[in-house]
Amino acid sequence: MSAPAGIPTPFRITEKTQENVKTASLVLDGSLPCAPGQFAMLWLPGVDEKPFSISGSDPLMFTVSRVGPFSEALHSLCAGDALWVRGPFGRGFSAGRGRTLLVGGGYGAAPLAFLARTLLAPGCGGSAEAALGARTAADLLFVHRFQAMGVRVHAATEDGSEGTVGLVTGVVQRLLADGRFTNVQACGPEGMLEALERICAGAGVPAELSFEAYMRCGVGLCGACEHGGRLVCLDGPVFSAGEEPDVGSTIRGS
Amino acid sequence: MCAQRSGSADISCRIAGVQLPTPLVLASGIWGTSPALLERAARTGAGAVTAKTCTPRPRRGHRNPSAVHWDHGLINAMGLPNPGVTEELALLREASRRLRRLGVALIASVSADTAEDFADAAARLAEAGPDMIELNVSCPNLGAEHGEMFAATPRAAAEVTARVKAATRIPCLVKLSPNVHDIGEVARAVVEAGADGITAINTMPGMLIDAASGAPVLANQTGGLSGPALKPIALRCVYDIASVVSVPIIGTGGVLSGTDAVEMISAGATAVGVGSAVFYRGGDAFSLVKDELSAWLAEHECWSLDDIRGRAHTSRKAAVVTALPPVPGWERSS
Repeated sequence: MSAPAGIPTPFRITEKTQENVKTASLVLDGSLPCAPGQFAMLWLPGVDEKPFSISGSDPLMFTVSRVGPFSEALHSLCAGDALWVRGPFGRGFSAGRGRTLLVGGGYGAAPLAFLARTLLAPGCGGSAEAALGARTAADLLFVHRFQAMGVRVHAATEDGSEGTVGLVTGVVQRLLADGRFTNVQACGPEGMLEALERICAGAGVPAELSFEAYMRCGVGLCGACEHGGRLVCLDGPVFSAGEEPDVGSTIRGS
Repeated sequence: MCAQRSGSADISCRIAGVQLPTPLVLASGIWGTSPALLERAARTGAGAVTAKTCTPRPRRGHRNPSAVHWDHGLINAMGLPNPGVTEELALLREASRRLRRLGVALIASVSADTAEDFADAAARLAEAGPDMIELNVSCPNLGAEHGEMFAATPRAAAEVTARVKAATRIPCLVKLSPNVHDIGEVARAVVEAGADGITAINTMPGMLIDAASGAPVLANQTGGLSGPALKPIALRCVYDIASVVSVPIIGTGGVLSGTDAVEMISAGATAVGVGSAVFYRGGDAFSLVKDELSAWLAEHECWSLDDIRGRAHTSRKAAVVTALPPVPGWERSS
């Protein structure tokens, strides 16, 4: 009987990097053994506690997009400030030897550079390219981090300010057509993930999809993050394509 | 003590006239009132599932952190987030439809600020056709705005019970708090007021403080303890209740394994609540606990839960000893 360890642990921020117009990475003064795709709860006493995917394990890093009051509070932190972490929680991406297409929608790219590092690590023997989608060039995340690792980036922006004009799913469809990828690993908005599931099924390429959900307890108890009968915090957030049941079959509580 | 028969043990049980295929009951608050998750508990081994407690009006619940694992258990202060009676009815109807096909019982759960509101809300929830309704008179996380919990005194707990019994015909379980002077007295009072069964126990009030910041860890400051730390408290409470009343008890608190379930039934429980086990053992907790319980019974040549129920109350130590399995290699070495 083992369970993830519990109470929030204080870390200190050693470095804060602005990644794009609304996203910053916070590097902490410690490590957390975990798999890419797993998440942790970040707590600021007296403010709030919310789940964030882990964007680096050693040193521990979180990449946070400004979307609400709590992420604003995280953005106001500076090097030297304390940040409380509990986790890791959930099921992450698997690391295989194949030729992987990483797909990130908006700030969904957060765990994918960490994943790429794992796939490319000596001994793992995988290869990876990244398809990144965002509204504009300024919203693209981690292009430079991927390129610095030698991962080729295929960008798509809705306004055409960088890469292909349109959605990243169009880019993925084209990339999968030539058969050079053995699997897809993706994180992003639900609409993108649902489209990817269809595209990958059509191309006969297995996919792992990381879902985002409204989470409360984060440890599988309260049911707030239920998605088609599965708990995103416990069974996910990474699901194999086809494993994720039809959401429409459920009456939702909220 | 146990009859010799072949095959596996019958682990069904009966509560307030409702047959449960297994004695495992999803504890209220775990997995909300999502019909899909309640069905998942039922498909993996629960004999009954309890919905999240519903209040007359919607509640958002407390801010995070709302549930934390510490050294010896969990502590939570969700604050009864729920959609309120009107939306709950739709969820319960859908859950009831799914569970009926599986022969698994549905227990609605209700809480309110006054005995009168308890009765009104219970009557509304009964429209969805749950098999039973649990009166949550013992939530530790409602705070001062709701006054003292009804389970704190025999009189208040009995008043809620009597009001609900007068307003509905559905079997009523009353969920009691361990944080009282004499839980047996509260149990006796609610049974005299018409309770058809007792769920024991709710979580135990507690608190965590973060040493680095000095701040309470839970946003609500305090919360309810569950998991391993609660088990000895729950066993004592179930034992005390079973000593003074004869209605069925759903023994709840720290049951993580089949052996824990055996202990709870030995204390006098008819069925066993399962909650924190979902954290400790994962989404398959029900099938794991169910299989372990069946294996324990087979190993000890017990063929029904009646063979072990209330064993702790008897002083027939010899009978207990004969229920132990033979020790491998014993005959050779002696």
